[in-house]
Amino acid sequence: MASPETLQKLKERFPEAEISEFRGQHRAVVPAGIVHDVLKFLKEDVGLALIIDITCVDYLYYPNAKDRFGVVYIVGHPETAERMIIKTFVNDPAPTLPTVTDLWEGANWLEREVWDMFGIRFEGHPDLRRILLPEDFEDHPLRKDYPLQGRGERHNIPVVTRDLG
Amino acid sequence: MTDLPDNVVITKLDALVNWCRKNSLWPMPFATACCGIELMATGASRHDIARFGAEVFRFSPRQCDLMIVAGRVVMKMMPVLQRIWLQMHEPKWCISMGACASTGGVFDTYAVVQGIDRFIPVDVYVPGCPPRPEQLLQAIIDLQEKIQREGTASGREASRRRQPPRALVEDPRNPRLVVAGPPLFASSENDPAGGRMSDSETSAT
Repeated sequence: MASPETLQKLKERFPEAEISEFRGQHRAVVPAGIVHDVLKFLKEDVGLALIIDITCVDYLYYPNAKDRFGVVYIVGHPETAERMIIKTFVNDPAPTLPTVTDLWEGANWLEREVWDMFGIRFEGHPDLRRILLPEDFEDHPLRKDYPLQGRGERHNIPVVTRDLG
Repeated sequence: MTDLPDNVVITKLDALVNWCRKNSLWPMPFATACCGIELMATGASRHDIARFGAEVFRFSPRQCDLMIVAGRVVMKMMPVLQRIWLQMHEPKWCISMGACASTGGVFDTYAVVQGIDRFIPVDVYVPGCPPRPEQLLQAIIDLQEKIQREGTASGREASRRRQPPRALVEDPRNPRLVVAGPPLFASSENDPAGGRMSDSETSAT
């Protein structure tokens, strides 16, 4: 959870952030245009200097959802252990966000995973390649319109018989 | 023909070589999941795979006879598995250990290969999730019987062995529908089972 001072500072600096609480966890939903500014402010002026995770939610087919993808940044305070969730929404086609690798080197692989699984581009990322799936994989499998059993990728492998070996 | 002394045994060279081979299977452990834990338990003192001469786990495929695939294999891992299999020398055998290696198990997802026998040859399948060490030992005993039954000293049965054509392809419009792929060998053209393994093919050539 975030301390009241943190929430107060965030509210003063970015009045457009919608702050809410759920079971002790504080979340701020911000427009995609200012998400980099918010994270930079939290890191440098508030002290939430640890990037814990970057992940994404696909709201396709979700009831009453207005946007397709919700990208979630979780930042933490290395000394007080307070946490804050920053969430922003992006949409098709070509969902894009600014990278935060200039703030945290450790965001490199986290953003690569979000790109790999959800196909969200991070502008300015130094090395935006797939991280888990093979490089010739074409889809982004955690999108809700991707079938669970894939599009035949798991069967498009050459067969080794006794003749070859 | 004169009578043989009592201390002379006559056998076929094939039988002798098979007896040597079946009692010195050196496993190549390809353990990717919880089956690997049972594989380790099989090697440990309580179950003691050394009773069957298979205790020499080598992590180098060049020194192995028996590949034990224990655990699920994802599509990205499959080329690695095939490469290791091709690096092993004949005669070599493969045990598919557990539900995941044999069929994909509960992991019916885009990344998990639905049975390694679709892409590499398999001699013995072990059911279970994960199988008990006794089941793996039974698989090794069964494999020993198979080696004793069909092996030859020259290894000519290895070059004559045919993998039943099981290259399956998924219908991209309906991933649940898996159909037999194009026949790999000319002999399967008249196969009424659509390229699938029939009983006559499973028997040793």
